[in-house]
Amino acid sequence: MTFLLESVFNGMSIGAVLLLTALGLAIVFGIMGVINLAHGELMMLGAYTTFMVQNGFRQLGEGWFDAYLLIAVPLAFAVAAGVGVLLERGVIRYLYGRPLETLLATWGVSLILQQLVRSISWQMTLQIALFCLLFFGGRWFLSKRAIAPRWQAWVTPVLMVLSVGIGLTAGLVAGGAVGLAMTKPWFGAQGVDVTAPSWLRGGVNLWGVQFPFVRLLIIALTAVCLVAIYLFLLRSQWGLRIRAVTQNRSMSACLGIPTQTVDALTFALGSGLAGVAGCAISLLGSVSPNTGQNYIVEAFMVVVVGGVGKIVGSIVAALGIGLVNYVIGSGLMTRFLEPQTALFDFFEFFASTSMARVMVFILIIAFLQLRPAGLFPQKGRTVDA
Amino acid sequence: MPKLSQFSFPKDRLSGRELIVVAALALILIFLMPPLLPGFRLDLLHRYLALAIVALGIDLIWGFTGLLSLGHGIFFALGGYAIAMHLKLQVPATASSPLPDFMALYGVTELPWFWYPFYSFAFAVAAVVVIPALLGALLGYLVFRNRIRGVYFSILTQAAIIVFFNFFNGQQKLFNGTNGLTDFQTLLGFPVRDAQTQYWFYILTVIFLALAYLLCRWLTMGRFGRLLVAIRDDEARVRFSGYNPTSYKVLVFAISAALAGIGGAFFTLRTGIISPRAMDIAFSIEMVIWVAVGGRASLIGAILGALLVNFARSLLSEQFADIWLFFQGALFLIVVLALPTGIVGWLRTEAPNLIAKLLGRPQPVATYPELEFNPEVQYEREVLQREDK
Repeated sequence: MTFLLESVFNGMSIGAVLLLTALGLAIVFGIMGVINLAHGELMMLGAYTTFMVQNGFRQLGEGWFDAYLLIAVPLAFAVAAGVGVLLERGVIRYLYGRPLETLLATWGVSLILQQLVRSISWQMTLQIALFCLLFFGGRWFLSKRAIAPRWQAWVTPVLMVLSVGIGLTAGLVAGGAVGLAMTKPWFGAQGVDVTAPSWLRGGVNLWGVQFPFVRLLIIALTAVCLVAIYLFLLRSQWGLRIRAVTQNRSMSACLGIPTQTVDALTFALGSGLAGVAGCAISLLGSVSPNTGQNYIVEAFMVVVVGGVGKIVGSIVAALGIGLVNYVIGSGLMTRFLEPQTALFDFFEFFASTSMARVMVFILIIAFLQLRPAGLFPQKGRTVDA
Repeated sequence: MPKLSQFSFPKDRLSGRELIVVAALALILIFLMPPLLPGFRLDLLHRYLALAIVALGIDLIWGFTGLLSLGHGIFFALGGYAIAMHLKLQVPATASSPLPDFMALYGVTELPWFWYPFYSFAFAVAAVVVIPALLGALLGYLVFRNRIRGVYFSILTQAAIIVFFNFFNGQQKLFNGTNGLTDFQTLLGFPVRDAQTQYWFYILTVIFLALAYLLCRWLTMGRFGRLLVAIRDDEARVRFSGYNPTSYKVLVFAISAALAGIGGAFFTLRTGIISPRAMDIAFSIEMVIWVAVGGRASLIGAILGALLVNFARSLLSEQFADIWLFFQGALFLIVVLALPTGIVGWLRTEAPNLIAKLLGRPQPVATYPELEFNPEVQYEREVLQREDK
């Protein structure tokens, strides 16, 4: 009995983290058909936001420190959603209908975000701000004047070179003048640690099974996110519009739904959920610039197994994969089997975290042989479009 | 977005001139480059030529067939491991144990059964090609049979590479885990790290690159090549025309995997190490960017891209260590947003227009590229020309 309870709980807590990371993907991938490989980096941004909020609250004193999660979760959502909107408006909207290109472009964004977190400093902030001011300001300014057609092709390259040059040198000069306070990276390449508030330490012991509070909180957070998404998609005005655009984009546009705003909103929602997921994983272990990479592929697996476009599928798939992962990885199966039999050796071989992943993938491939479109496939004529 | 199809119909016959150019380039690489380049750069060139073989394979499946594999590192690493296992079995007579050196660390007293065939050089060489090809065919068959396409295929290949990474990483007793196989001594009695042996490896790499190019060229011209392009552009229509795309896709994926295996073997011979790091997710996506930068659906582009991107990487990361990732990220964005046909495609179509535009000259009137390939239009034009005379 204890075994059963323990494995269900641990499987659920692995599944909850998976689900929280996959939820945003399920929305972006399922509803918009966009593969966002930068999703993991949006999680990482959420985790770093949590880290900064935690540092801020530590300055305020011990009593305040315990409450930082109340601010960190919404702020992580906001930061990730903001970056998500920038990403959608700046890159992805040019690539709708070309999923493979989107995949490559978002991978490029994820590399840039990783390196940005590693090397961001006041100097770099200054450089980026100056560049944006000069380049976009210059373009806006010039778009108001009439330019001879023969020179129009020169505008962007010249502005680009000028603003990169001025931005870089100004940053270098300022960095040389002020010194280390300006050039020291904020986070660096090393991981940072988020300390859980005191009320999250420890756990509760029921029926001989330990339930850590952190794990319980993550399960609760996942549940809250799920309920919120369902309410938003099924009960709100914009949720209705999102569902309409998912079903038939051109008809929705004809009926006056602003599809571009809907796209941006959907992407912001998915990215924001990634931020919340990042907040959750920051409680589980140290956070480094490539944290996101560890979660992204399994999250995609959840979406594929669940069936694209169905959030229910993602829920079932996440919990299922989490459970299988735990049962195989912890060597639970070997407890029930006779040692020295073939089956025992088989499960013994896969009884580690990394080998459990191997097993899970084999199971997923086998599963896709039976149900190529996932657990809850979309039905209808528009599917293959 | 410019149509890709205008670049994907290479000439239908391999002309004698092309063969001469390939042979001449190979001879230049073999005889002229070694004395011209300093040893360090030659080392890099050798590595990147090995990677160019992989790039050709990627171009075959992505540029021509539209299958974006993010898991070619698996095949690259398998090719490397196959040759490395043979090398590790060349235990010097002075060693205390007849097993590869790392096995003693983990208390392995008997050689695992699947290591035995690798005593044979011929088997190891065959394994470099056959094992990746078979695995590619199996994976491809399981995926394509269910009509899993597009991004789903990409995600599955990415998951597969994580699985193989974890497998090789976790098996210390079988493959030395994270550290990988390294510290090679001899191959067929020749010392591997010797400059002269390395020069032979270099020559072989160039020859195999040329052969791989000719193989891909032969595959992509004519009927088979057109089918690949048709699968890329409209798979449903190919199926309705009575072809079974699955078998073509499986075949081309297996060939591409074999090319990756060959590239991996030569790369391993040069670097002297193969480890699970070759199955990094990032490395496999990088392979795609080489092809994208050079120009997909252009075989020259794939080779050029592999060499250019890698040399740019080594130059940039020598100068500024942390700028490279920014640069690489920007490269992905540029290639997707502004340069979808890569350098070769850009040189063929847009560069002449851009120069004319910058100089303020009138631009040539563009027509639909399809007109140039339409036999009826061609026929009408010829008739009109004849009537004019």
